[in-house]
Amino acid sequence: MVPLRTPLRSWTHIPRRFYSGAPTPAAKLNLPIDYKTTPILHHTSSSLANTQDFPAGATSKRLNFFQAINSALKTALSKSEKVLLFGEDVAFGGVFRCSMDLQTEFGSDRVFNTPLTEQGIAGFAIGCAVEGMKPVAEIQFADYVFPAFDQIVNEAAKFRYREGGTGINAGGLVIRMPCGAVGHGALYHSQSPESLFAHIPGVRVVMPRSPAQAKGLLLASIFEHNDPVVFMEPKILYRAAVEHVPNEYYTIPLSKAEVIKPGKDLTVISYGQPLYMCSAAISAIEQAMPGVNVELIDLRTIYPWDRQTVIESVKKTGRAVVVHESMVNYGVGAEVAATLQENAFLRLEAPVKRVAGWSTHTGLSYEQFILPDVARIFDGIKQTLEY
Amino acid sequence: MSFLKASDLPAIPTYRVIDSDGEMVDRTRTAPDVTDEEVLTWYKNMLSVSVMDVVMFEAQRQGRLSFYMVSAGEEGITVGSAAALTPDDVVFAQYREAGVFQQRGFTLKNFMSQLFANDNDAGKGRNMPVHYGQNYPRMHTISSPLATQIPQAAGAAYALKMQDLQNPTRDPRIVACYFGEGAASEGDFHAALNIAATRSCPVVFICRNNGYAISTPTLEQYRGDGIASRGVGYGIDTIRVDGNDVFAVNEAMKEARRLALTDGGRPVLIEAMSYRVSHHSTSDDSFAYRARVEVEDWKRRDNPIIRLRKWLENQGLWNEDKEKETRDQMRKAVLKEFGEAEREKKPPLREAFKDVYEEITEEQREQMNELKRILETYPDEYDLRPYKDGAKGLD
Repeated sequence: MVPLRTPLRSWTHIPRRFYSGAPTPAAKLNLPIDYKTTPILHHTSSSLANTQDFPAGATSKRLNFFQAINSALKTALSKSEKVLLFGEDVAFGGVFRCSMDLQTEFGSDRVFNTPLTEQGIAGFAIGCAVEGMKPVAEIQFADYVFPAFDQIVNEAAKFRYREGGTGINAGGLVIRMPCGAVGHGALYHSQSPESLFAHIPGVRVVMPRSPAQAKGLLLASIFEHNDPVVFMEPKILYRAAVEHVPNEYYTIPLSKAEVIKPGKDLTVISYGQPLYMCSAAISAIEQAMPGVNVELIDLRTIYPWDRQTVIESVKKTGRAVVVHESMVNYGVGAEVAATLQENAFLRLEAPVKRVAGWSTHTGLSYEQFILPDVARIFDGIKQTLEY
Repeated sequence: MSFLKASDLPAIPTYRVIDSDGEMVDRTRTAPDVTDEEVLTWYKNMLSVSVMDVVMFEAQRQGRLSFYMVSAGEEGITVGSAAALTPDDVVFAQYREAGVFQQRGFTLKNFMSQLFANDNDAGKGRNMPVHYGQNYPRMHTISSPLATQIPQAAGAAYALKMQDLQNPTRDPRIVACYFGEGAASEGDFHAALNIAATRSCPVVFICRNNGYAISTPTLEQYRGDGIASRGVGYGIDTIRVDGNDVFAVNEAMKEARRLALTDGGRPVLIEAMSYRVSHHSTSDDSFAYRARVEVEDWKRRDNPIIRLRKWLENQGLWNEDKEKETRDQMRKAVLKEFGEAEREKKPPLREAFKDVYEEITEEQREQMNELKRILETYPDEYDLRPYKDGAKGLD
């Protein structure tokens, strides 16, 4: 349910100050992420051209994350008349501006506001999907998806299995939702419930790390798979992350992880916004410990996940740190660690380390201390290297 | 065979006591049954919320607090309805009910401590601004998810009913539950009204229909005769009132409270019509979806504070000098508490982990020790000065 449905500016603009404490002037690790220089983003079109996921020779434009989502939605609505886009406040562009100008371009039959009811939105979307449309439903914040949990868990996920021989399924359904912390979202504008959905066979759970990834993964979710997709968008990136995004249609395969930085001594596995912190922590550790070389993997799809890429990497490096923002208890890190223990036990030189949110709620004044930061990731990598 | 056509049914009327000039709508009826002193208190409480809103909205714009929501245009609904409650009644609110808190004794210091999430905040610095809460008179701490409070209110009312039956010497109590017309689209609203009706719960549901759920106007929120028509469908006594008319709201709430406690208890629905003059929150810019002129028109046309002021002036109870003096005093009082609250330390870091469970778990204890080790190993990376007891706050 929607909360304070309080979007727009304050959720996506980098706050002028921290509301939960801040690093001291002497800080070397917990500095604000510099999105203009991070190696996670494609700052030039030539860096984009060197990546296999993107169409060869494509023209590109610098877009932020919400513009990339908007571009993907526009591409999808143009490509197929089956695509519908709806949710709360979608018509005027959405509280995060992802659907800007789309109602004007594609009309109010295909792009429209719904009443304020997440269970209604999810159920309505499932109905559209099983009768042949490709609905893209927006839940205004991941924190408000829970009234829709029944529809997603009991209906979308089980539709094909239940129908069996009729062949009817909820493929084509994508439920988008902004997720993650921004520094002042407290209990109900901060959550990342990916592990709750990843526990449910039948839904694909995707979380892109950047604008170009978001467009390709969203188009793949709509067109390339006949499974319902829960598509989670780290809202702190909507305005902060800017990179070159191909102008045309392209897809990035679901359930395929990406090694975004190769290395030989340790594997860091993460997804979404913490990848930027992982990247900063890895730079710091490689500076502090000359000769050390750390591999960084983006899961991209949380479930069904690319086990082989992760297992192969850890067989090579012998050490693994899993990083995510949501609570450590029964989280994605637990699944990854258990899988590594089962499949790479004899190659492991250290226990698999989890650096994640603590087992509590995201209290406003304590956010900085509850969620992983560069210092904690740095410390986790160091401990695992020195084990 | 004939289908009942919604469009053929007469619209539910709106109960009004005074008009936009502060005159009695029905000049033949008796004046509102309320003392001058009481009305002046209402007016000051409405004004105080309004003054606080202006200061805090601006403070948010300056980056001094993370978030704020004003209740401009809805002060009459909140103050007028809360004035009909007894201190023992229980409130479940949404997030635009500062007037209920004000009317029920929440002090400026309470407001500011919550807004700055400091060590005096009953919510332990955990909640976003405007998520106020108070034990007595009881107003449950605001939860951001919409409509979740509505079925809880029905259950709470059932609890009060059972307790008051078991202890007939005490004055019976009700629950007052506030929400907006957008929230009334959630499944929880429908579940709540139905279960409250079937269990005859002494709860008054107060829907603030302010025309907008963020950007979504009521035309895209529902069809049919507002929220009031739904009450009738669930077998619930229902009234629609003019939310800019504090007397109408108060009289409706008094009667609703009486009805709620009649014949062993029953739910009542009040739909109070208003207009959300403000942006949804400091995170919203409503001119992206509605014309500035629409808002300006409304502000000029009608507003619960101006309407009550006209009534008070008509009675000779108020004038421009009093208005100016009172506003100045209020602004000074707000700024004083603002400054003090802003300077106050934040609660100790252990409050990040406490109250998830009744006792801190063994796993959380280990996490707190690990966090303390990190804070001590990397002292340059964390500014612990705002927090009471620094890293020791985790002990």
